[in-house]
Amino acid sequence: MSGISELLLLLVVVLDLAILTSTRLTTCIRTSALQGVLLASLPATLLFEAAGRAPLHVVALGVFLLLLKAFAIPTLLFRAVRAADVQHEVEPFVSLHVSVLIGTGLIAISFWLATVLVLPRLAPSAMVVPAGLSTLLLGFLILVSRRQAVTQVIGYLMLENGVFIFGQLLVREIPLAAELAILLDLLVGVFVMGIAIYHISREFDHIDTERLTTLRG
Amino acid sequence: MLGLLLALPILLVVTAAASAVVAKSDRIARIVGTAGCLVTCGVGVPTSLVAVLRASRDEIRYGWTLPVGELHFGIDPLSAFFLLCIFLVSGIAAVYGAGYLLAYAGRRRLAPALVFFPLLVAAMATVVLARDAIVLIIAWEIMSVASFFLVIFEHDRPEVRRAGVLYLIASQAGVVCLFVLFALLGRAAGSFDFDRLSGAALTPGLANAAFLLAVAGFGTKAGFWPLHVWLPDAHPAAPTHVSALMSGVMIKMGIYGLLRILLLLGPPPSWWGVVMIGVGGVSGIAGVLLALAQHDLKRLLAYHSVENIGIIALGIGIGLLGVSQRQPFVGFLGFAGAMLHVLNHGLFKGLLFQAAGSIQKATGTRDIESLGGLLRTMPVTGALFLVGSIAICGLPPLNGFVSEWLVFIGAFLGGAAFAPGWTVYAILVVVALALIGGLAAACFVKAFGIVFLGEPRSDRALQAHESGAAMRGAMLVSALLCAAIGVWPAGALRLVAREAAELARIPAGAGPSLPMLSAIPRAALVLAALATLLTLVRALLLRRRAVLRAPTWGCGYAAPTARMQYTAGSFARPLLEPFALIAGARLEARGPDGPFPTSARYARHFGDMAGERVFAPAYRRVLHLFSRVRGLQHGRMQLYLAYILITLIALLVWQLSGLGGR
Amino acid sequence: MSAAGTLALQLAMLLALPPLLPGVIGRVKAWFAGRRGRPLLQTYHDLFKLLGKGAVYSRTTTWLFRAGPVVSLACLILAGLIVPLSGPRAPFGFTGDVVLFAALFALARFFTLAGALDTGSSFEGMGASRDAAFSALAEPTLFLVLAIMCLPGGAPSFAGAWTALSPVASGVGRAPWFAAAAALFVVYLAENSRIPVDDPETHLELTMIHEVMVLDHGGPDLAFILYGSALKLFVLGAVLVHLVLPFPASGSWTFAATLVAGELALGVVVGTVESIMARQRLQQVPQLLIGAFAIAAVGLASVTFQGVR
Repeated sequence: MSGISELLLLLVVVLDLAILTSTRLTTCIRTSALQGVLLASLPATLLFEAAGRAPLHVVALGVFLLLLKAFAIPTLLFRAVRAADVQHEVEPFVSLHVSVLIGTGLIAISFWLATVLVLPRLAPSAMVVPAGLSTLLLGFLILVSRRQAVTQVIGYLMLENGVFIFGQLLVREIPLAAELAILLDLLVGVFVMGIAIYHISREFDHIDTERLTTLRG
Repeated sequence: MLGLLLALPILLVVTAAASAVVAKSDRIARIVGTAGCLVTCGVGVPTSLVAVLRASRDEIRYGWTLPVGELHFGIDPLSAFFLLCIFLVSGIAAVYGAGYLLAYAGRRRLAPALVFFPLLVAAMATVVLARDAIVLIIAWEIMSVASFFLVIFEHDRPEVRRAGVLYLIASQAGVVCLFVLFALLGRAAGSFDFDRLSGAALTPGLANAAFLLAVAGFGTKAGFWPLHVWLPDAHPAAPTHVSALMSGVMIKMGIYGLLRILLLLGPPPSWWGVVMIGVGGVSGIAGVLLALAQHDLKRLLAYHSVENIGIIALGIGIGLLGVSQRQPFVGFLGFAGAMLHVLNHGLFKGLLFQAAGSIQKATGTRDIESLGGLLRTMPVTGALFLVGSIAICGLPPLNGFVSEWLVFIGAFLGGAAFAPGWTVYAILVVVALALIGGLAAACFVKAFGIVFLGEPRSDRALQAHESGAAMRGAMLVSALLCAAIGVWPAGALRLVAREAAELARIPAGAGPSLPMLSAIPRAALVLAALATLLTLVRALLLRRRAVLRAPTWGCGYAAPTARMQYTAGSFARPLLEPFALIAGARLEARGPDGPFPTSARYARHFGDMAGERVFAPAYRRVLHLFSRVRGLQHGRMQLYLAYILITLIALLVWQLSGLGGR
Repeated sequence: MSAAGTLALQLAMLLALPPLLPGVIGRVKAWFAGRRGRPLLQTYHDLFKLLGKGAVYSRTTTWLFRAGPVVSLACLILAGLIVPLSGPRAPFGFTGDVVLFAALFALARFFTLAGALDTGSSFEGMGASRDAAFSALAEPTLFLVLAIMCLPGGAPSFAGAWTALSPVASGVGRAPWFAAAAALFVVYLAENSRIPVDDPETHLELTMIHEVMVLDHGGPDLAFILYGSALKLFVLGAVLVHLVLPFPASGSWTFAATLVAGELALGVVVGTVESIMARQRLQQVPQLLIGAFAIAAVGLASVTFQGVR
């Protein structure tokens, strides 16, 4: 059954590209939620493949992740979108075609890095490192190239997803407390950003970061 | 003992937090803040006094979560003495502040002043109690930040903001030197703990570098010339009780740091003493000359702080020279004089700043050229200002004379006992102190005379009123302490004897005693007796004679006005002319012209040479350089993130492709 | 002589002798000018006259004005008691009394200057400003001379310094002390407001320095001030005389007699200088004082580097 985790990770990378190419904010949020569902089932799946059984706390972690990434955060983002009253992403810094090309390039780099990177222990699945790196780099790319604040949040989420995938390398050792701490960090980050977006849109009547550049030296 | 002393900063932090909580109500915040400070200082003063007199030594260690250093606190005579200075001056300043802040009550929130004041005192106490470099630096930074917030209390005025920013820059520049200093020492000793640092075998080069870094780093806070440029702006900008605290104690934290480093480093080479004498002499003379040139009362007092730090540095210099020339008694006198001057200056400078604050409150101005005759309307403040003036000039029978006397005697003895090449430096101390004393006396005659004597020069001076009870009480306590130290020098010497002996590397015991000190109170007594006798004689003689009142002799001038009195600028002019190089003057004059002249204008402005010739051009050059770099900053967050992304990928590729080597 | 006897003799000398000096100086100046001049004991008559007068105080002045003459005279008397006048030991001498000596002069000056500013008159203010400037410049020279004086004995006290000075009595090794004495002489002229620094007999307020500061004093106050200035001549002159003349190491009466002789000679010298020289322009007085400092520094250099200890 080793194929399921690899399939999952491959789907995650595809969803990354999907987020990268879509312009409608609601689509982005929904795709991100779907990615969250996939990632929620990742720890249990990896352990199941490796040891044949999944301990209870890992399954519970998976359920918690599901609630967080598939329900709580998307709801928050939907609310922000409704309050800010935006539907479409405005023209990004890097045009969509170019960003797809760059994204593909980044995926290629991450696959190459996966072969070159010397790891302390064998990865539970061959796809973990490439998928993790590409999600991370693509999240970064979204942060760099998009203008809307909500899209920035989604980019940040993708970044965290990439880190999470990478963390699965240590799936047998990572204590529950550390996992929860990372998730708490994520939750607080998104929460703060959501509130900030709400207030920015209320104050300035837009959430276009291009117009928020007066604070400079 | 140490536990109790450590509890005091914690209590002060609690006071600060409590004041923050009740910040909405000015009245409650004022009561909470002042009461907390008073209680803490009230406990702190006797405790530290006992600690000094008993020469107690103690240590406490706690581990913490940071990777370097540990919470190591200790008490020894040096720390105890500085704690005494801190708590004494802070307590008096807190009492004064309670009355002073009333004037601001309606117009702005008092909370920042009441929150950061106890925090500042707590930070200073922690600096003094720290026995680990990391703890010291953390407390030092908290001290700088807390005092910054206190300085910009009236932040709606642009000059206050400017002064605060300058102060922040200066203190950070000093801390950089401290970082380098402790990094060097820590690397040599393998740890940041003071016990390990003092036992470390340092190469002479490292010790010299450490000494110079300490002089620069701690000297920025202390106010050595030319690092003093923040002082004359920051002290007038801050509220009066904050200026009194900063000038009285906070700048002495620089002296404490320097003395502590001197204790940690080994026996000093002779040129260290020469450096300190040079720094002290220049600071003292430049400080008093620039003070002479000021007509803003608080700026004048701020420059006098520079001068007195110079005197302290002269004492340290002669102390170091005495130690290196194997004359421990001379070293003892120098260090004892310097440390006693720390306490004395805290007392009389606090007194003078508080009186200046009262004057500012009563008349609405700090410009002495528009004051005059205030001794009649503010008799108590005037008398107390006179006491402070006599003390700061180092005149008997007050405390300034005692500490300067100690340094003088050390220098005289050193002059006789040092090796031939080094005698001249001891004599240089004598000459420098003499010049400083003469100029300081002239400056305070000017300040006291123009402000309090003669006729009022403007309407503002006419409407002055006496200061409030809290302010008067605080000043009176300071004045009484000045007099007490002045007439009981032997007792005052006991406060500094042990730590001076330690610094002078006198092996053990309480340090030498000075039987001649008992002559000073005797002389004071005789002086008082003679003055009383003469007053009685005069009263007897005039009993049956006519005693009349008449206007001052004006050479027969028909319509004299108060503006015809001598001005402060004119008074100071003959004094400043020989020293034009240091206190350069800019003259603005537009004489009367034409057959029917209407108006004329004459003004002299004195700049600060260090600020104008050294720092300002350097600052402008740096600013110019960095404005070129500003092109990289667009304000677009995405671009910054792109920088990070590109760097990340480049590093990964570079490292892992084998080009960078593993 | 016992301590009480020393004190009594010293007090007697301080009370009786100082007013003689202005008389001597005045007589010498008159002789140079071809006049008979005032009587030698004129100052005593002036003092008695003033003590019997009433006082007029300016309405502008406060208690400080009245305190001024009292405090400064008390300081000068105490300074007189610190210096050994009637024997090798002084009634109130101690190790470190040289500093107290100079500080007492400074305290006296502080109160005189403050009293001058109290009158609210520009004349007094001007005089106070000039006096402050000149004394501030004279102070380092005074201390330098005191330091040179204390070098042989090692201890900063008059008694100790003068005892150590005696064996180095006359001869070639005395040269540095003469340099110091020359510098001190200039300081002496400055502190006592003599020509070339100030003219004590001018009548123009704008040109006065010391005289104008006491312009508004009268009666007993002026008597105190007059006596105080004579005391200053005497006490500071004692220091100067010691640098120049050889003194007996013990014995009170010979000591006192030598001192009195030296003081009278000093008075003659001052009178001569005042008659020969003209008053310096005010702007050039600082140069004179700095020149005195340089001479003293030369004295210091020769003492330390020639090892004359």
